[in-house]
Amino acid sequence: MNAAAHPQSVQPGTALSVGARQRRSLGRRMTLLMLLPSTLWFLLLLLMPLLIILVYSFGERSAVGGYAAGFTLDNYLNLGSRAAAFSNTLILAPLGTLVCLVAAYPLAYFLALKVSKNRSLLLTLVIVPFWTSFLIRTYAWIFLLSGKGIPALLASFGLEDVRLINTPWAVLIGIVYGYLPLMVFPIYVSLEKLDKRLLEASADLGASAFESFRRITLPLSAPGVITGVMLVFILLMGEFLIPAILGGGKVFFLGNALVDLFLQSRNWPFGSALAMTLVAMMLVIIGVYLKLVARYGGRPVDSGV
Amino acid sequence: MAAVLSTRGCDMWLRSYSTSLYLFLYAPIALIVLFSFNAGRSGLAFECCSVQWFGRAFGNPFIMEALAHSAFIALTSAVIATLFGTLAVFGLQRAGPRVRLMFDALTYCAIIVPGIVIGISTLIAFISLFDFINPLLASWIPAAPRLNMGFATVIAAHSLFTMALVMVIVRSRVDSLDKALLEASADLYAPPMQTFWRVTLPQISPAIMAGFLLAFTFSFDDFIIAFFVAGSETTLPIYIFSSIRRGVTPEINAVSTVIICLSLLLLFTSRHLQSRRTNSQESQHA
Repeated sequence: MNAAAHPQSVQPGTALSVGARQRRSLGRRMTLLMLLPSTLWFLLLLLMPLLIILVYSFGERSAVGGYAAGFTLDNYLNLGSRAAAFSNTLILAPLGTLVCLVAAYPLAYFLALKVSKNRSLLLTLVIVPFWTSFLIRTYAWIFLLSGKGIPALLASFGLEDVRLINTPWAVLIGIVYGYLPLMVFPIYVSLEKLDKRLLEASADLGASAFESFRRITLPLSAPGVITGVMLVFILLMGEFLIPAILGGGKVFFLGNALVDLFLQSRNWPFGSALAMTLVAMMLVIIGVYLKLVARYGGRPVDSGV
Repeated sequence: MAAVLSTRGCDMWLRSYSTSLYLFLYAPIALIVLFSFNAGRSGLAFECCSVQWFGRAFGNPFIMEALAHSAFIALTSAVIATLFGTLAVFGLQRAGPRVRLMFDALTYCAIIVPGIVIGISTLIAFISLFDFINPLLASWIPAAPRLNMGFATVIAAHSLFTMALVMVIVRSRVDSLDKALLEASADLYAPPMQTFWRVTLPQISPAIMAGFLLAFTFSFDDFIIAFFVAGSETTLPIYIFSSIRRGVTPEINAVSTVIICLSLLLLFTSRHLQSRRTNSQESQHA
């Protein structure tokens, strides 16, 4: 966009004129100026805080809570004392993602390939809940899952004494409810882009509907599936509200443990170690997942034909 | 369409499954709205019908204060995020590949690090910073107020994350811009600034608007980051969270109903604006 980018604006026959050179250095200063605020924000509010947490995670707890300088691995070695939070997170986050995927795919498929009129309205209706307060939507399930809600309904069918609220099931339902829109949308986008002629060709060549789905629709929707899974999984690993509201302190995630460690028991070094472990775990899991996807996706789709 | 999984039974299954999923998505919201008109005082048994809880909610100074705080924080942080994010996207267009790669990594990092970790780490960073600055400040100007957690820290922490969101949204629009239009404008001797105002900006302004609205919604809705860095200030989600802990009340249902209506209004306004803009652009092209 600056003068140097458009050679035609430089007088023919001369190299970069003095004016153009001046303009170029001005342009560079301008670029720096434009990048300055965001760079400052990233440095001061992302990198520096993460660095401090990393340093703290090797420190010791001072007598009044908070942090005392030191170097120890005790915080990391002690992570086992929060094993329940780890196992809950590492079971319910992937499981919740999977259930979301299974629940969302047919809806995305329906919207992309089966609906012609009212499609944009139906799509908006999927997104609307995502725009309304997550806290309030989760809170709504207290009604439904507590004694007078679904358990009472089940009791009228003869299933007595079903307890839902404050169980892992309640948390799982809350997860699926909260993150379903986030999963539907990317899958819909990739299915909507799919070239319908491929499906017609497949049918013309005698493939059954299921075969076409398995060989064409499913592989071509993979980018959407990958995006959706990543989005939901990332958010679930740091989830706090759903277990706090629907798990009633009995189903604890790492996020809940972190709130406890920083705001209640004020054990900052141990909390820092837990936070660092959470970030590291996410990076490793996402890295492995993307690598697996690349390997799987790298294989030709029609290798069997 | 013949080849799309086409047995009739399958279609019917898909249709009824999708319908029930819509029910699943909307039943809880409908329930909250219904219960906000509860005439009784219990949170869990419904008696028809009264608007008294709306009156009580609007008359509750704590709720109104929390609402004002949330609106102020969301507006300010969204403005900052949109400004910084959009500036950065245009800066990056002019920057070298190494700078771009670095920014990509930072943006990716800001989005991937869980909100709760951003909350914790900014809390600790602010506390350390204030512990360092406050004694200095006190020694220079004895009467100076002590820096503390509050609006500014929430706005800063929110705008970090939402700035990354704005950058992703605006960047994808800028990357898909038709370069031929920019070249045409330059060939017709438009100065770069004029090209920017008359060609680039009109095309990306919907993306900027979308980024701003997303940033606003995120900040207005955020509980976990504010929970850490708000200090003694209360935002609406913090207020709602602490009252849920004390039990379900019709008052909170009324507040929730108002919030749901507001966010619906916001969503449909933004969609309307966007569709009108693209329509008018299309008619201009035609």
